Amino acid sequence: MAYSSKVLDHYNNPRNVGSFSTADPNVGTGLVGAPECGDVLKLQILVNPETGVIEDAKFKTFGCGSAIASSSLATEWLRGKTIEQALAIKNTEIVEELALPPVKVHCSVLAEDAIKAAIKNYQEKQAARQSKEAKPEAVGV
Amino acid sequence: MTLKLPIYMDNNATTRCDPRVVEAMLPYFTEKYGNAASRNHAFGWEAEAAVEDARAQVATIIGASPKEIVFTSGATESNNLALKGVASMYRKKGNHIITAVTEHKAVIDPCKRLERDGFQVTFLPVDRYGQVHPEQVAEAITPQTILVSIMAANNEIGTLNPIREIGRICKEKGVLFHTDAVQAVGKIPIDVNEMGIDLLSMTAHKLYGPKGIGALYVRKKDPRVRLDPIIDGGGHERGMRSGTLAVPLIVGFGEACDIARREMPEEAPRLLQLRERLRQGIMSRLEETYINGHPTERLPGNINLSFAYVEGEALMMGIKDVAVSSGSACTSASLEPSYVLRALGVGDELAHSSIRFGLGRFNTQEEVDFVIEQVVKAVTHLREMSPLYEMARAGIDLKSVQWAAH
Repeated sequence: MAYSSKVLDHYNNPRNVGSFSTADPNVGTGLVGAPECGDVLKLQILVNPETGVIEDAKFKTFGCGSAIASSSLATEWLRGKTIEQALAIKNTEIVEELALPPVKVHCSVLAEDAIKAAIKNYQEKQAARQSKEAKPEAVGV
Repeated sequence: MTLKLPIYMDNNATTRCDPRVVEAMLPYFTEKYGNAASRNHAFGWEAEAAVEDARAQVATIIGASPKEIVFTSGATESNNLALKGVASMYRKKGNHIITAVTEHKAVIDPCKRLERDGFQVTFLPVDRYGQVHPEQVAEAITPQTILVSIMAANNEIGTLNPIREIGRICKEKGVLFHTDAVQAVGKIPIDVNEMGIDLLSMTAHKLYGPKGIGALYVRKKDPRVRLDPIIDGGGHERGMRSGTLAVPLIVGFGEACDIARREMPEEAPRLLQLRERLRQGIMSRLEETYINGHPTERLPGNINLSFAYVEGEALMMGIKDVAVSSGSACTSASLEPSYVLRALGVGDELAHSSIRFGLGRFNTQEEVDFVIEQVVKAVTHLREMSPLYEMARAGIDLKSVQWAAH
């Protein structure tokens, strides 16, 4: 099977490979897939809590070239988007952009799942932090 | 000498036709184009003589007599003919067949069809190196057993089976023994008499001959094996396989066998040396790289490696100037990782990380050195990108993680 030039480009020059510290409350981490299925995708977002804008995104992927390209593309698209805009990203858009064949559609699904998982993780961390900050006041009352 | 890219290192899939083989075939397309079955003119006699010369060359490489060679379209047909032909002919004697889980699909699928037709098939498991043990065969044989079919060498992992011992057991028990020797013939010495083989499948294109021609060896005495044909027609090949003989291909097949037999004493050690150079070159520089299959009891030119934390198809993209194969699901139509690696107990995650290197007659040491560099570079690059590598490095036991399997 021949790869599209966009898949090859992301594979050869992956954007935003790396990791943020999960200890940072402004970082959301999504880890999806499983090693025995042949693909695991870790996608992280760094969000500005004031504006709700994703300022940076990073990924690490164990998987085929299409999985790597899907994650790389996702990080590109995430940067500068608000949480709401990020949640609107659809796997079909990734399929279209990378010209993925039907057998590789699951790679794009995984990327969408990773985006959603990262946002969920970020929101949970923020909620936990707020309730923690809120607690002393509650005690005072 | 500069390297010519891409490099072909997938010789277990197919091989380049040796130019000497092509040379031998050429006259049989345009000058000596007779039908070997034409008994009444010079064109036919000439073709027939060429076929009989080739038949002798093919027979010699496995220690058989020319009369025991039936030409087919390839090993898939040979396997089908052996399994279905024996099953049909010996049905009154019994309905049980023994084979192994790591056989090629060209053996497994005919066996499954026979199961649907009322036969009982035992698929023997293999050990962690992919070998069938002779005792397993002995224990599986019942009074109903008519045929044992165990491959000589595995196409994915290169593991050799103890054919001689299995042949002896079959002989003792009076059961016919078929071996799919597609990967073995021309690579390691095979002798049907010494090894107690009654039927043997082979094909030309795995030993530097043309695609589209193969043979089934069918023992003629002690015992005389009889087969029901699966292709009926003009009664060619003593009625066992009708159809006009593909004279140019047969001539090429014969020549390929002759060259392989003559050159095996030099070629096999050379390939073994190249394979070990490749294996050591890679394994000494990359941690957590594992051999799939037997470390020593394997085809000289084959090495199958798993690179932990790296997916096979991605690795193949990274070494795009090198043609190899992977057991990764992503390279298969079924999206399932290799059933052969699974049968060895190789975890799915390592099956996804496997690469088969198949060295052959035309590979050079320079190419091996280039491949080592490419593989080390690509694996290192992909591991830097791999969340699994990062987690393992951080001391996380990947088996303890709750993965969201999809």
